[in-house]
Amino acid sequence: MVKHAKPKGFYDVFERKSQDFPAGETTHYCPGCGHGTVHKLIAEALVDMGLQDRTIFLSPVGCAVFGYYYFDTGNIQCAHGRAPAVGTGVARSLDDAVVISYQGDGDLAGIGTAEIVHAANRNENMAVFFVNNAIYGMTGGQMAPTTLLGQSTTTSPLGRKSEREGGPIHMAEVMSALEGPIYIERCTLSSPAGVMKTRKAVRKALTNQSEKRGFSFVEILSPCPVGWKMTPVQSRSWMASSMESVFPVKRFRDEEAAPKGNGRLPFLDDGALRDLVGAVANEVPTKVSTLSQDLGVKIAGFGGQGVMSAGILLANAAIHEGLHTTWLPSYGPEMRGGKANASVVLSSDAVGSPVVDVPQALLAMNGPSLDAFENHVVPGGLVMVNSSLISRKVERRDVRVFEAPVSDLAAEAGFLKGANIVMLALFALESGVIGIQTLKEIIPKSMKNKDLVEINLRLVDVAEEFHGRE
Amino acid sequence: MNHVVVSTDLCKACRLCVEACPKHCLELGSAINALGHQAVRFDSQECTACGMCFYVCPEPGTLTVMKGTA
Repeated sequence: MVKHAKPKGFYDVFERKSQDFPAGETTHYCPGCGHGTVHKLIAEALVDMGLQDRTIFLSPVGCAVFGYYYFDTGNIQCAHGRAPAVGTGVARSLDDAVVISYQGDGDLAGIGTAEIVHAANRNENMAVFFVNNAIYGMTGGQMAPTTLLGQSTTTSPLGRKSEREGGPIHMAEVMSALEGPIYIERCTLSSPAGVMKTRKAVRKALTNQSEKRGFSFVEILSPCPVGWKMTPVQSRSWMASSMESVFPVKRFRDEEAAPKGNGRLPFLDDGALRDLVGAVANEVPTKVSTLSQDLGVKIAGFGGQGVMSAGILLANAAIHEGLHTTWLPSYGPEMRGGKANASVVLSSDAVGSPVVDVPQALLAMNGPSLDAFENHVVPGGLVMVNSSLISRKVERRDVRVFEAPVSDLAAEAGFLKGANIVMLALFALESGVIGIQTLKEIIPKSMKNKDLVEINLRLVDVAEEFHGRE
Repeated sequence: MNHVVVSTDLCKACRLCVEACPKHCLELGSAINALGHQAVRFDSQECTACGMCFYVCPEPGTLTVMKGTA
């Protein structure tokens, strides 16, 4: 009776080696490599636990890059170090998937440090098998993040020195510093007993994964006889004598965790989304306007003058009138006092680009804005000037100019911060692009602070009076 | 009788099974296989079919452990 044989979790034929004799029956791994043993433990467990058809196996870059030639499961070969990011996508989109991220120390502890730390911190639903052989095996035995102090490699021929290259990264300990992972264990392949403990840890992680309990991390100390320049048997002794004193073999965490959700957001219909983002425009436009050509509007001033708000109001008013629109803010790192401008595109059709390089209309709230954008306005365009803050005249002779002391008008009405509303209302009146009535309907819906609705509506009246006088 | 079937041509002669077997049932042979290695061979009455050789072996198909039947 067969007691132990090649597990059915493997393909019958390994295509990678199908051209060689014995055809398709051996792995590409060197004699005595730890990968084959770990592969065997995983393949066996997947079959014994009935998980094979649910499994998505993520191969790394490194010697295990060819995982998809061996495991008869779903397979994805990931960009270097990114397997936990790929696994995040798989785990969140396929509720039933058993996600295995199989990574080496160059992949996981070198180039992929960010991915593994954040996937662990989010407690993503995946089982990570971290095969640590303290060296870059595939590329010829260079120093890895996990290389021991004093260990000589092709890139640390004098031995790794902490003053020079830093010390080895202890990934299981790094994982332990995070709250996310539910299971963290370090195992070793240095002895038959260690292999059997690793077998248990693999099954524990896969149980957690099949029950969707969260993030499991199994670090497996593994030999690279060729990279270490030792025989397979010597390499096992070196692991026991040197590697295990640096990387203690133990269970770091084993939490009883309830199955967790897939982290997916609830389905939101259009109405719910509109409420969530505070959209103010009506679902059904009150009327359908048309424009003979797309209209680019640049509203510019210093931060705090409300140029962004004015842009949003204009865009919402346009939606209200059945137009297509975009709003694109541009500002420096400072929230108040820096230069700021909003680009709004209005169109009868879908807007191709939200960028306004050549505005048809410029609403300049201060001097620097006029300086910056005056020369960009199209010939025949409209330049609106806040004459409260801009003492100079518009130099262009080929544009239409409308001057108004909007800051003074707003201040006289008792609300200086509303200068943007006065400017926007004057733009509506002067350009005719949006109706003043539309603006009055939009303002109450868009003001988060309802105490400001009344004063802002009064400022629209102030603008109307001013425009009537001009 | 318990025994281990060796697929000789799949052996890379790493010796790990030889070291792992508690009953010393395995040893490297002298014949050279298709991969150029002196493959392991089984020759013993002592096998308990414990599977240690199987688990330490890095090659999936090299060793098959049989229990009971001859």
